[in-house]
This record gives sequence, C-alpha cells and structure tokens, in this order.
Amino acid sequence: MNAEVLVDIKEVSRFYGDNQALKNVSFRVHKGEVLGFLGPNGAGKTTAMQTITGNLAPSSGSVTIAGHDLLEDPRAAKAAIGYLPEQPPVYRELTVDEYLDYCAALNRIPQSQCRPARETAKAKCGLSDVGRRLIGNLSKGYQQRVGLAQAVIHLPPVVVLDEPTVGLDPIQIREIRELIRELGKEHSVILSTHILPEVQLVCDYVQIINKGELVLSDSIGGLQHHLKGASHTVAFRQAPDLSVLEQVAGVKSVQREKDPYLRIFFEPDKDPTDEIVKLSVKNKWGLYEMRPGRVSLEEIFVELTTDEPASQEAVA
Amino acid sequence: MILTIAWREFRSLFLSPLAWVILAVVQLILAFMFLGHIEQYLIWQSRLLGMDDAPGLTEIIVAPLFGNAAIVLLLIVPLITMRLVSEERRNRTLSLLFSAPISMTEIVLGKYLGILLFLLLVLCMIALMPLSLHLGGGIDLGLFASGLLGLGLLLAGFAAIGLYMSTLTQHPTVAAISSFGALLLFWILDWSGEGTAGNGSVLAYLSLLNHYEPFLRGIFDSADAIFHLLFIATFLVLSIRHLDADRMGV
Repeated sequence: MNAEVLVDIKEVSRFYGDNQALKNVSFRVHKGEVLGFLGPNGAGKTTAMQTITGNLAPSSGSVTIAGHDLLEDPRAAKAAIGYLPEQPPVYRELTVDEYLDYCAALNRIPQSQCRPARETAKAKCGLSDVGRRLIGNLSKGYQQRVGLAQAVIHLPPVVVLDEPTVGLDPIQIREIRELIRELGKEHSVILSTHILPEVQLVCDYVQIINKGELVLSDSIGGLQHHLKGASHTVAFRQAPDLSVLEQVAGVKSVQREKDPYLRIFFEPDKDPTDEIVKLSVKNKWGLYEMRPGRVSLEEIFVELTTDEPASQEAVA
Repeated sequence: MILTIAWREFRSLFLSPLAWVILAVVQLILAFMFLGHIEQYLIWQSRLLGMDDAPGLTEIIVAPLFGNAAIVLLLIVPLITMRLVSEERRNRTLSLLFSAPISMTEIVLGKYLGILLFLLLVLCMIALMPLSLHLGGGIDLGLFASGLLGLGLLLAGFAAIGLYMSTLTQHPTVAAISSFGALLLFWILDWSGEGTAGNGSVLAYLSLLNHYEPFLRGIFDSADAIFHLLFIATFLVLSIRHLDADRMGV
C-alpha cells in the first residue's frame, strides 16, 4: 500500500482514573480508505474517536494526522479532521445556514468562500431544502445530516464519524451510507459503529476493539476470505456420533447447533464435503441438508468480544 | 477567530428571551432607583442651597445609581454567564470547538468577549439615564466617566468569574449559583474590617467593593484599575487551564 498515510496512531493509551479505556492501540489509515471501528458498548470506540480528533489527549502514545502531530501542532492537525460525535454538536437556536457558516468560520474558511463551501456541504448531505429552518425544529435524521455537513464543510482529508447512522430511518441510513462511500473516495473515513452489516457494506478495513484493545484488524476482503468455507452446517435424519464425524479427514471439530443441525469445522483447504456425503450414503445417515456455514461478521464479533477462548479458532 | 466565537455568543443571547428580559428588568429597576434619587435630590435641594460645600447633582444621583447598579448586576451577571461553557458541555456541542483548529485560549477569549459585548450594551443603557440629566442640568462628566469606568471594570471582573464557574460544571444552574456565591463573597469580604485597601489587610485588599468605591468618588487610582485587570486575567487563565485539563481528563 503506497498511498499516503493520513492517520497514524502509535501505541495510544488512555486512562480514566484507574480505568484504562485504551491499551496501546496502534493503527494507520491511508488516503481513500474507509476504516470501520467495531466494538460492544464501552469498548473504547468513542474514546478512540475523541482521541483521534483531539477532544481527549492520550495518556501516552502519539497521534499524527496528515503529517502533523496532534499534540505538537494541534492547529494544523485539527484542520485536517472533520468530526461528527455521537450526538451531533448542533446549536438548536441557529438555522442550518447560520450554523454551517459558523462552522466554516471556525475552520478558518475565508469569508469569500464560506458560501460556496456551505452550499457544497448542504448539497452533499441533502440539506438544500432546509437551509433556513431552525436546527432545533429538524428531525433527528436531519440533525444528524447537519452534523455530517459540519464535519465535511472544510473538505478535511480525514473524516471521523462516531456512530453516524444511529437513530435514522432505513432510507436515511442508506443515504448516509451512500454518502460515506462517496466521502471515502476523496477523504479517509474512520467510522465507529456497532451495526455489523454497515461495516461489511461501507468499509474497506475493519478493526474490532474490545476492552480498549484491538482484537482484530483486517481488510474486509481478507476477513471474508477467512470466513468462507471454514465450516459447514449439516443435518442428518439419523445423526451419527459426533466422534465418528470428527474422524473424517480434514474435520477439526463438530459442534451441536440448534437441533437437528450440526456444525462441522474443518481445515480451510481440506473440504470434507465429498467424504461426508459418501459416508452418509454408505452408513445411511440420511443427510438432507448441507450448506457452507459462512461465519458472519456477527459471530466473529461475538467471539472476539466475549471471553470464550475455545471459540477463537472458528475465526482462524 | 475570537471575534467569530464572540459574535455567535452575543447573537445567541438575543435568540433566547433571556437577554431581552435581563435588559428590560435591569433597566426597569435602575430607572426606578434613578427616579428615587432624583426625588431625594429635589427634596434636599433647598437645604443644599444653604450649604457652603454642597455635594453636586452627580454625587447625589449618579454615584449612588452606579453603586446600586453594581449590586443589581451582581445578581444578574451570573445568569448571563452561566450558560457559556456548561450548556455547551451539556448539549455536547463543546466538541465542535474542541475539534476545530482553534486553541483553548481563543475559545475562552471569544466567549468572554461575547459576554463583554453584552455587558457593554447594559452599561450604555445605564449610562443613558444620568446623561439625560445633562440635557437640563449639567453633570460632572469627570465623575460620571470615572464611575462608568469603574462599573465597566467591575462587570468585566464579574463576567470573568462567571465564565470560570461555567467551565467547572455542566449544569448552568450550578454555575449561576456558584458564581453568584463567589461574587457576593468577594463583595462582602471586608464587611467586618470596614477598612480600605490601604490598611494592609489581605481581605480588605481582595474586596471588590474597596476597589470600586474610589471610582464612584471620582478617584481614578491606577492600582485599583490594575487590581481589576489582574482579577479578570486570573479567572480567564484559570478557565483556559481548566478546559485544557478537561481535555487531559485528569
């Protein structure tokens, strides 16, 4: 990957009193990437987002945005970031236009370019019709869009979005995702969410964070590669003993799922399908259903974020 | 940048009824007091004529008016400053400022300046009352200016405390009550001492009242002016430090 590194996080830790919310987190985001940040509640997603955007100072480690260290040169680093926090930071008593003008001024957009910048941001986020309305009177979905417009008004190289689709209706969610993908073409986007399909849809890279530690960091393609074909779900009319199945070449383990399904895990390159079908016919097990059990991102997520070491191998 | 923040702060005040109500109430109460002082002057007028070194119109009307204005505004300023940071923190809009390419100092100064702009407006409205006397009678403009300057410095000090208290909490009410408490404390600090700033007592020196009264008597002592400026600077620096510490999350 030769693209420019826009976000470089090195061994960032963050304490709240004795509670360590981030533990030596390091990662990079290149230009034009959409990075999905996944984690259960309280995993440290928001802390990570706030640290990247300079809302929180890291207890140790360094954050570099577009070549500027966030602590040493905060102004240049922050100019390269657009941030949409969990709750859109909007002033309810202003109209959309007034608010965006204010944001443009805060981001040091010259007066003459404020208006075009505002109009572009509004057009991007589908706000063109509501420019003169008070933000307080807009629906949650529209407020979210205003928050998003605020984050991209100065065309920052890096856009950080903290759960951008929470509280939106399905159509708006699709629009926002479309918008994020659109943004991903020109900007780098870091997105935190706990909605898994969202990550599969919009992100290039996934990072799963749990209790402050990065537990997985991979591209969506790589992830899907692991997921495919590592297991099958089968159903027999006369199920044999699990131990019998486990002796089939290539099978690593067999698990009982919801009756009558069994889940067969195997080595990725040794697919035992043929063998199982043959044995079924020979021994009259009555195999009537078999499908590749693609481990969903959901399962990986659950496995990585709950403390069950036994199931870790399902991912590998 | 500071001006951008200041201007938004100022405009936001007028987007809620708060600013209008405050302007109206302050004006109403002070006008009532002003008329009271005029009436007193009219009652005393005949006796004053007989005195050799009689106090003038300004000393009888303007100085007490400014004295009263200070007390009234001591109650009012916390209500204006309470929202400054606490409400932004509560509505989570503070992150807009924190993630913009501006420094903490600019944020604090911008907010402070916005409030000063509003207080300047209040000050002008108050000044209009004694100035109306000038149409008919002629007031001592030197004394008037000194009082006005004193009141201005005092209000700026009030605003600085209010701003600091607002950075400490996310509840505007808590900010209002604590800044009111702090202001009152600084005001009455020297009640027991009855002293002036000169007699060496620390409490007497810290008392805001002791540094305000000379202005009302028409004495412009640079030490008093500097006291006010230092007072303001102290609380502004404390505010900046506190917001910074907030980000550090200590």
